[in-house]
Amino acid sequence: MELELKDIDSYMGSFNKLEKYSKWSNFKWLHKIREEAINSFSQLGYPTQQDEDWRFTNLAPISRTSFKMVKNGGPKLSSTDIQQFIFSGLSCNQLVYVNGKYSPELSTLKPVKDGVKIKNLSQAIDDERDLIEEHLSHYAEFNNDAFSALNTAFIEDGAFAFIPHGTILNEPIHLLYISSNNVVPIITNPRNLIIIEDNCQVDIVEHYVSLNDVAYFSNVVTEVVVGENSLLDHYMIERESQKAFNVSTLRVQQKRSSNLTSHSVLLGGSLVRNNVHPVLAGEGCHSLINGLFMSTGRQHMDNFMKVEHASPHCDSRQLYNGILDGKSRGVFHGRIIVHKDAQKTDAKQTNRNLLLSDTAQIDTKPQLEIYADDVKCTHGATIGQIDENAIFYIRSRGLSEESARAMLLYAFTSESLKSMKVEQIRNYVEKLVSDWFTRGNLIQLNS
Amino acid sequence: MLEIKDLHVKVEDQEILKGVSLKINRGEVHSIMGPNGSGKSTLAQVLAGRNTYKVTKGEIIFEGKDLLEMLPEDRAREGIFVAFQYPVEIPGVASTQLLREALNAVRKHKGLEPLKHVEFIKMVKEKIKSLDMDDSLLQRSVNEGFSGGEKKRNEVFQMQVLEPRLAILDETDSGLDIDALKIVAKGVNAMRNEERGFLIITHYQRLLNYIIPDFVHVLVDGKIVKSGGKELALELEDKGYRWVGDKPSNATAAAQS
Repeated sequence: MELELKDIDSYMGSFNKLEKYSKWSNFKWLHKIREEAINSFSQLGYPTQQDEDWRFTNLAPISRTSFKMVKNGGPKLSSTDIQQFIFSGLSCNQLVYVNGKYSPELSTLKPVKDGVKIKNLSQAIDDERDLIEEHLSHYAEFNNDAFSALNTAFIEDGAFAFIPHGTILNEPIHLLYISSNNVVPIITNPRNLIIIEDNCQVDIVEHYVSLNDVAYFSNVVTEVVVGENSLLDHYMIERESQKAFNVSTLRVQQKRSSNLTSHSVLLGGSLVRNNVHPVLAGEGCHSLINGLFMSTGRQHMDNFMKVEHASPHCDSRQLYNGILDGKSRGVFHGRIIVHKDAQKTDAKQTNRNLLLSDTAQIDTKPQLEIYADDVKCTHGATIGQIDENAIFYIRSRGLSEESARAMLLYAFTSESLKSMKVEQIRNYVEKLVSDWFTRGNLIQLNS
Repeated sequence: MLEIKDLHVKVEDQEILKGVSLKINRGEVHSIMGPNGSGKSTLAQVLAGRNTYKVTKGEIIFEGKDLLEMLPEDRAREGIFVAFQYPVEIPGVASTQLLREALNAVRKHKGLEPLKHVEFIKMVKEKIKSLDMDDSLLQRSVNEGFSGGEKKRNEVFQMQVLEPRLAILDETDSGLDIDALKIVAKGVNAMRNEERGFLIITHYQRLLNYIIPDFVHVLVDGKIVKSGGKELALELEDKGYRWVGDKPSNATAAAQS
């Protein structure tokens, strides 16, 4: 079955067709969520630049494209095809998706201790009904967010993980979403639900890649619950094709004394929006939101942070670095919300940008909404060019101009990179970053 | 090894050097002294290859090659090192990283293999110790958060690691206390030999108590107005720059600063 999605009517039509044949037609609760979501989407439509949260991003390239939704996934891929996306020397619980469809053949699940559950979401909806019903779509709001609404309406494949009390998961969960050989633009709606109970430690990587330089749209929603005193390191590595669209939302619910480190590395895509939205719901939480985006050509990368302090004594740090070349555009929108009860909040936001060309552009916008009276919130943004004095200094020591530039650019990114604790993932990202500096282009084509 | 002939240099239409000639042979230590705004640092920058300084006339020959035709990195690889008056801070680049890449670039140019990591670390640790600097500086970003004195010593340290054929020290002594000055002088003296040339640019005679030059030149208003032996430095200290020539014009001083 192939579905065409072009305007609101066709989205509705596709939805109804899917629901009619859905294997979950007797799951009333699920049907209810999906129906609410599609209704939300049809009311909201795609946001326009009149919407303050989308002021700097024109979504016309997405809203004007007619997408197909494919049900059979993509072509058969072999493990050699995906080798380039594997973290060398790191054993992972790996879930692989081709054009949005779960591929059991390419996935590798390690033996895990009793109670740990890692599987395709579609499977989990059948097997883990209680957990799913308790958590799915309870965190990522879709009433005001068209993309979350769209994703929720078409929930099917994605990752499900349940990490019970006291689990130290040694092998990271690697979610590899591959786009391949789609002739017409397709839309995928990856949906990930990760539930981490108390006193756990988990690393998760979301990884969006392409084997071909074609247009498609990844509309991703990830919901994560981090239990009390648990640690989560989340990595988002976005290296979609140069023609692709990627809109991702990471919504993290943090319980008491939990610790979140979120890394976003945006390198690919023509139009990318990355929403990171942790809610520090319990006391004494810590969040580090670390981001690195590098754009060139006509790429557009919009980083939308919403850090919500809902309890006292929580710390958050946002550290976003952007490098922009060509005619690319970047956006950093950093909202910090401190609720009335969140006294003793310590929130800090830093956004540094390096413009490598006269035609690159960055819009950076801090936004503090503070309803408590005993808080510490700071923000700072810088926009600069590469320091020519430093280039000359390095050259005067014998390095070529090209090496000097690469050295300075690399130094600019090192702050973001060094906080990535898993060495093999950091090495992988470092390689992508240094390739970008030398080639100015990150997309590895299959051909 | 270095011959500067009738060098004229402009910065933004302002003529700073107005016909400087100077010859340095191997093993010689030359000092250029002069008041603020005389063009001392301009000379250092031109030798390093800074392109904001326009050479309008004259030539510079280094070991038989036209230096002005060479890129800054090629000059460094050929053996020219400039210890800058105001070293640049480079956040995120560790001192060892810069030095290692610099040294390997120089070695590659000489047809040598890159130095093994262990040997490199051993060598830099010995050298940094001899300059009475903490080796934790090696891991820190180049010059970032260094004190003025640390920056100057760090330049001398880089010079020791890179072992140039011709070292140009641009006011490396300015702002140093006497202990730091002695350390810098010791670092320079340790490198003096029959092959290596030095050009020591200074405003004050003090450094020359510790680094005894073979020749002293006095630069005033873009021209060398007097040359002599080491005794000239003392005489200058005694009588002041006015003794040797014209007072530099205000315009030149402004352009220089």
